[in-house]
Amino acid sequence: MHLPLIRRGPLRRVSSWRRHRLAGVAVVLVALSAVGGAYAAFAPDTATADSSQSDLVQEGRKLFLVGCSSCHGLNGEGVLAGETNRNYGPSLVGAGAAAVDFQVGTGRMPMSQPGPQALQKKVTYTPEEIEALAAYVASLGPGPAIPPDEYTDISGISQEQLTEGGEFFRTNCTACHNSVGAGGALPSGRFAPTLHGVTPRHMYEAMLTGPQQMPIFSDAVITPEDKRSIIAYVKAVEAQPDHGGFALGGFGPVSEGVVVFLVGMAALVAATIWITAHGARVTDKTAKASTDSEADR
Amino acid sequence: MSDEDRPDELSRGGGELEPVGDPIPDPGLPEEFPRPTDVDPALERRAERQVAGAFGLATLLTLGFCVAYFAIPEDKTLFGFDASNFTLGMTLGGALLLIGAGAVQWARQLMHNEEIVEERHPIESPEEDREIALDMITVSAAESELGRRKLIRNSLLGSLAVLGLPAVILLRDLGPIPTEEELRRTVWAKGMRVVNDVAGTPIRASDLEIGQLVNAQPAVLVPTGNPEKDKAIGVLQGVELLDAKARAAVILVRMVPDEIHPPPGREDWGVNGILCYSKICTHVGCPISLWEHQTHKVLCPCHQSTFDLADGGKVTFGPAHRPLPQLQLGVDAEGYLIAMGDFVDQVGPSYPQMERD
Repeated sequence: MHLPLIRRGPLRRVSSWRRHRLAGVAVVLVALSAVGGAYAAFAPDTATADSSQSDLVQEGRKLFLVGCSSCHGLNGEGVLAGETNRNYGPSLVGAGAAAVDFQVGTGRMPMSQPGPQALQKKVTYTPEEIEALAAYVASLGPGPAIPPDEYTDISGISQEQLTEGGEFFRTNCTACHNSVGAGGALPSGRFAPTLHGVTPRHMYEAMLTGPQQMPIFSDAVITPEDKRSIIAYVKAVEAQPDHGGFALGGFGPVSEGVVVFLVGMAALVAATIWITAHGARVTDKTAKASTDSEADR
Repeated sequence: MSDEDRPDELSRGGGELEPVGDPIPDPGLPEEFPRPTDVDPALERRAERQVAGAFGLATLLTLGFCVAYFAIPEDKTLFGFDASNFTLGMTLGGALLLIGAGAVQWARQLMHNEEIVEERHPIESPEEDREIALDMITVSAAESELGRRKLIRNSLLGSLAVLGLPAVILLRDLGPIPTEEELRRTVWAKGMRVVNDVAGTPIRASDLEIGQLVNAQPAVLVPTGNPEKDKAIGVLQGVELLDAKARAAVILVRMVPDEIHPPPGREDWGVNGILCYSKICTHVGCPISLWEHQTHKVLCPCHQSTFDLADGGKVTFGPAHRPLPQLQLGVDAEGYLIAMGDFVDQVGPSYPQMERD
């Protein structure tokens, strides 16, 4: 079957070349260049990825040494201080990229001063810098990663998921964050912040990492799909118009009572004064006389 | 005190006190001055126009209410409010306000406002009126023949008296008082799985991270959505479910094991630093899950009772005076968290009879 091809076709020439004395050398050269080419085709990709990842970690480390190490230690191991050796800045080993993205991305870190709670401020770092910091902290030890977009993109949520998200929210979140996510007070000057205006990714990261006093709600117990439903519910509540008039922050009887007492009572008092006040009177005797004369007429 | 009893100093030098008439004369009514609207016909007409304008505007607003009711769809918003509610409230509220304001302005500016004096009269009716009334009562009593027809009178009185019984009997609905045993028991039992509230999924010890909080329930209280599975678990239904849920809800928390200081005898009540406590405040029974994972404290939002979960649920602040009851945890053959029995301490709000023990 091969023979006709070799005799008449182009392979005939090949067949004759392979008995050339340099054939072995040529074959080895071709094989070597093929292997080398294949390696060159695949290997450099990983090589650049590795170097860019380690570049990111290096860049993150530089930023960390400047902005974070005074509290969290030169290697993110944390700093103990004071008589009771309490955490001055906690260890970040195992904190993970999600914690950095939340804390730095919402402006809570770096803290401007120690206090009961890290307050939300203007974000100090650019998104690229936050990514580098997150990469560095993630390299310190295994921790929660930044959630993939599929769980923080709440478009196309179904009514059923929204309802379920509401149930999860009322069971797990309202104790601290209020029934409409308006936030609330905690002991010793701390507070649970409002959830309005928080991006879905930061909400997810907060549930995952438990910033400050907030407990962790791990993916194993509150699944990523459940978290997505919860976020969608919070956003849906936030977007709802105030059907009953001014929501007054959604804090319930406290703010409503203050407004009723100050504004409502003031309005009632003003109306009472207006009703019972004597208007202007004409005391001028001549004017009175003129009325009398008019009445006579 | 008569004049004779008066000490000397008081009467000295003054001589006899002359009885005087009214020390302050009755000033009578102040002089009436006319209002500008009484004097100036232009002002009078203006006031009239104001009042009529208010009434007219109120009419327009009421008509606007009727139009808005049909014209504005439900899902529209206006200034961030629900457009329908906003417009209905503004039009009807405005109409009522304008009618009131118009009436007040009318009375203040235009109606006659001469002040008159109305003398007080004795409250008692004149003698003859009272006699007439008494006569009427006596005559009608005689005409009704109540005194003569004793059977009717007594049966009427009897039927009226018995009417009081239902009112008394209905009081039974306030009870029966639950027994100590009923109050002490919850649906928790040895081997019952602790499941995630809402989702109803069982929980493995490895699912919890340090600092995690889980709002949980006994497996028999969370329907899984699969009727056969529910039947196998024995999920309760309806009133029974709500009744049991009111006392069986729990929270799971995981702490660093070294930071937990269990009371004597409770050293093995947790699993890898996971502890389980009742979710019902021991003060007046609010559900509590405000857990601060760094201080290990759980706070009740109703009256700020604070319990230290690393210290056996001890009260550290607030009006509660019983520690938060703890549930002993274990792990079943499949690795899921289970209860090792019912609560030992009584779950739920405190009540007076409880103080005795």
